[in-house]
Amino acid sequence: MALDTVAIAQANPDTNQPFAELGLKGDEYARIKEILGRRPTSSELAMYSVMWSEHCSYKSSKVHLKQFGDKAVKTDALLVGIGENAGVVDVGQGYAVTFKIESHNHPSFIEPYQGAATGVGGIVRDILTMGARPIAVMDPLRFGPADAADTRRVLPGIIAGVGGYGNCLGLPNIGGEVVFDETYIGNPLVNALCVGVMKHSDIKLAKAAGAGNLVVLYGAKTGGDGIGGVSVLASETFDATGPAKRPAVQVGDPFVEKVLIECSLEIFAEDLVIGIQDLGGAGLSCATSELASGGSGGMKVELDRVPLRDATLSPEEILMSESQERMCAIVEPKNIDRFLEICKKWDVTVTVIGEVTDGERLEITWHGELIVDVPPRTVAHDGPVYNRPLAKPEYVDRVNAEVISVPRPETAEQIKETVLKLAATPNLADKSWVTSQYDRYVQGNTIQSQPDDSGMVRIDEKTNLGVAIATDANANWSYLNPYEGAKLALAEAARNIATAGAKPLAVTNCLNFGSPEDPGVMWQFAESVRGLADGCLEMGLPVTGGNVSFYNQTGSVAILPTPVIGVLGVIVDVRTRTPMSFDRAGLELYLLGDTADDLAGSEWAYMHGQRGGKAPIADLQREMRLIDLLVAGRTSQIFTAAHDLSQGGLSATLTEMVLRNNVGANINIENVGTTLISESPGRVVVAVEPAKVDALLALAIKQEIAATKIGTSGGSSLVINGADIPLTELRKSHTETFPRLFG
Amino acid sequence: MAKIVVDVMLKPEILDPQGVAVSAALPRLGFTFAKSVRQGKRFEIEVDGDPTPAQLAEVEKAAEKLLANPVIETFTVRVEK
Amino acid sequence: MKVGVVTFPGTLDDRDAARAATHAGATAISLWHNDADLKGVDAVILPGGFSYGDYLRCGAISRFAPVMEKIIDAANGGMPLLGICNGFQVLCEAHLLPGALTRNHELHFLCRDQKLEITNNQTAWTTSFKVGQEIVIPLKNGEGSFQCDDATLAALESEGRIIARYVGENPNGSRNKIAGITNERGNVVGLMPHPEHAIDPLTGPTADGLAFFTSVLNAMVK
Repeated sequence: MALDTVAIAQANPDTNQPFAELGLKGDEYARIKEILGRRPTSSELAMYSVMWSEHCSYKSSKVHLKQFGDKAVKTDALLVGIGENAGVVDVGQGYAVTFKIESHNHPSFIEPYQGAATGVGGIVRDILTMGARPIAVMDPLRFGPADAADTRRVLPGIIAGVGGYGNCLGLPNIGGEVVFDETYIGNPLVNALCVGVMKHSDIKLAKAAGAGNLVVLYGAKTGGDGIGGVSVLASETFDATGPAKRPAVQVGDPFVEKVLIECSLEIFAEDLVIGIQDLGGAGLSCATSELASGGSGGMKVELDRVPLRDATLSPEEILMSESQERMCAIVEPKNIDRFLEICKKWDVTVTVIGEVTDGERLEITWHGELIVDVPPRTVAHDGPVYNRPLAKPEYVDRVNAEVISVPRPETAEQIKETVLKLAATPNLADKSWVTSQYDRYVQGNTIQSQPDDSGMVRIDEKTNLGVAIATDANANWSYLNPYEGAKLALAEAARNIATAGAKPLAVTNCLNFGSPEDPGVMWQFAESVRGLADGCLEMGLPVTGGNVSFYNQTGSVAILPTPVIGVLGVIVDVRTRTPMSFDRAGLELYLLGDTADDLAGSEWAYMHGQRGGKAPIADLQREMRLIDLLVAGRTSQIFTAAHDLSQGGLSATLTEMVLRNNVGANINIENVGTTLISESPGRVVVAVEPAKVDALLALAIKQEIAATKIGTSGGSSLVINGADIPLTELRKSHTETFPRLFG
Repeated sequence: MAKIVVDVMLKPEILDPQGVAVSAALPRLGFTFAKSVRQGKRFEIEVDGDPTPAQLAEVEKAAEKLLANPVIETFTVRVEK
Repeated sequence: MKVGVVTFPGTLDDRDAARAATHAGATAISLWHNDADLKGVDAVILPGGFSYGDYLRCGAISRFAPVMEKIIDAANGGMPLLGICNGFQVLCEAHLLPGALTRNHELHFLCRDQKLEITNNQTAWTTSFKVGQEIVIPLKNGEGSFQCDDATLAALESEGRIIARYVGENPNGSRNKIAGITNERGNVVGLMPHPEHAIDPLTGPTADGLAFFTSVLNAMVK
């Protein structure tokens, strides 16, 4: 194919171009011609097609995501907000923490191992690019039914990929989720979170400033993998024929990324870069246009200088390639020698590919011929913005009117049967089969990891300052009431931070939805974003950034709306944290919070085939009072243990607590048929020494949170209202499920 | 262009869990021909021109020292057109 | 007392090994794979990780690093040398220890708190233990199955050169549940599980691992 240059494009305005195959709509193509005053070259077309894809441009979500900025609480803790690669918050003692969650759903369906692996790789680079050392990862995962054949195809590969890449990078996996539901068959959700730490002065931004400064590409060589991944894979739904889109999947090498991390941190430590961007979705197209946009706007790149693994790649392919483990830095000429030296020490391929210019255009040449000449902002930021039609789907009122009718455990036999069934159901069963494939120890600072409520990492070995992170979603509630569902997920993630005694500080989010071209889905999205934005404002937590994944549907059936919320919190001294469970007899167990008849969307209801009803209404004021109680209780060291209630209600929470340290409990609760299985939000079970009960009750009164004694710790059984469940039997039910399903 | 091929296999007495996993997977996909499966590695080495006996001797040494771990692996060296 | 901790490209647990050595009272010195210079250290640790991405075989490329020449010489002269996990793999590839580490029998990467029995307290790295003592330290690897021929196994057993064994279920298929071995002289030890991650109950399952590092300080004093 002959090279398509700017000159040729000017001279041949009517050439037929494959814009539709590249994922662009007719009006978008027309708009590009308008911007450039001519038809685009094939390289420019490639750039616009990847950068204007849904995954990169957020064209369907931007108008709604604006709310995170508009409704943002004013806080000095937010050092870098939405718009950069990741948000950054001040956690005290001169430290800044950056964290973000992203999706890699569609590639993981096609090629589970590499899809998950490169998902981890990508989010880690986003954190690195802010100037931070990555210190931990988490992986909220969602699959089709646990016993479905396709789940057996994708799950082991995805777990192996998350572990394979994260372990090799030396990042402890400190938590995540594994959720099964029929809604995700054909559309597994692989969300990956990374957190990093640095000093305030280390923060790096993605901008190319200063004419004459050099554009430097370093890391892996560029190959043909993942070409058009964002446009082809993430921005279209799958058709019913399944995983045939193989060529667009990226392939990762974690060793190269580990070396890249160490090399980059040495470069950062010597202050050798002005701006930096990682090459993720849309590869070079993204890095060059975003860096140029972030700066004065001018950049010149000689594309033929890009080191290639495959010499047959065309310029268009190079611009669209999503080869992993690559970074692009802006370096002053006086620093380039030292930059190259450090890369040589680590054996990292490094090439100067261009320079920042005085003008306002991004110009790319190929062996001297001009093949791209665009205003970078139009590529990276001023993409199309859609205000897609939204309409409340008819199912909402109909499903909300459904009455939940499930068996209620009343007799000892029924109670025991219910507890064992919930303990064994895949969503609630022991996840060691998964989590033992992840390194939780590397870096030597992990304080909490699965199955604790949150992951917690120490960030200063002298002062014991630490951060805690939790991710949560409740698609069942979001389906019933997307507005409340988002708020409830936010509250749950914040509560999970607080049970250990950390104070919630900031929010990230990964919004997984169906097709934005479906007005019903768009309504779910708009409501979820509105709920999350309102919730964050009310709770005083800034949204620091996040990710939107649309088109999670097969044919016309969308997944349940699944906004995953990540909350980061701070704990001044990790040694004082409240553990999840008790390790001795004689402690008094209290249920904090009120229990109502909240069976809609519950695990028990779903197990009985009932997915309807009304979701609870979030009471964020009460949630905040509970969070304050938990944090204050840790400060005064009132609690011996604290564990959140969520899916599976009190039954699941008690199961997890007694099995954690193999110490039983004797429980007596009123209205057991509801209290055992209801999933009312805003509740925690705490264990306290008898001598601390008064302090607990005083705190509960002060915070206006109900505190009900439910029992005492001890023994080798979980006894609930006389139903005796030996721990051995409970453990067997809880731990058999995953090995039985996945080998 | 001819190349030198080095095939490396685990010694027969060493358990090969990957081979075991493959032989368990084959019948699940409807392939019943295999009595056993063992998994190894293949190195393809290009030289200028046709490989000489001297080069083959060098490759043997390289295989002994680097390409294979003689404690647990055996190897063969041959020329492939 | 100075303990050198080697960093190869892809090494992960170097800072953790340095922390453990420091905790035990030594001064940790970082050694770069490409520098044939031991900087006057009294002992060396080859830490865990995925050096060179486990390309070719675990430790197969690291064993040829410039720093390894000096380490092999020093070890042959009696310097205490500990290889943890990937470090153990490097020691076997370098033939400082017999046998080889192969893929876990269950094929998965496995991270768990592993119970071990210490079976030899005469090596430079195990004098702080009692023979028969049971400890719990993290095991985390994908290629931890110790294999060797029958003659080697017989020699290791009869000479008491197995320093630690897995207690309970064999996590990876290692012959005779071998978790760690030593050379004839007792100065070179290879250990699959990670003592550097068990120096403080705050961040690990126990503090049982610290004794490996205090042992070498005692050994160096002698």
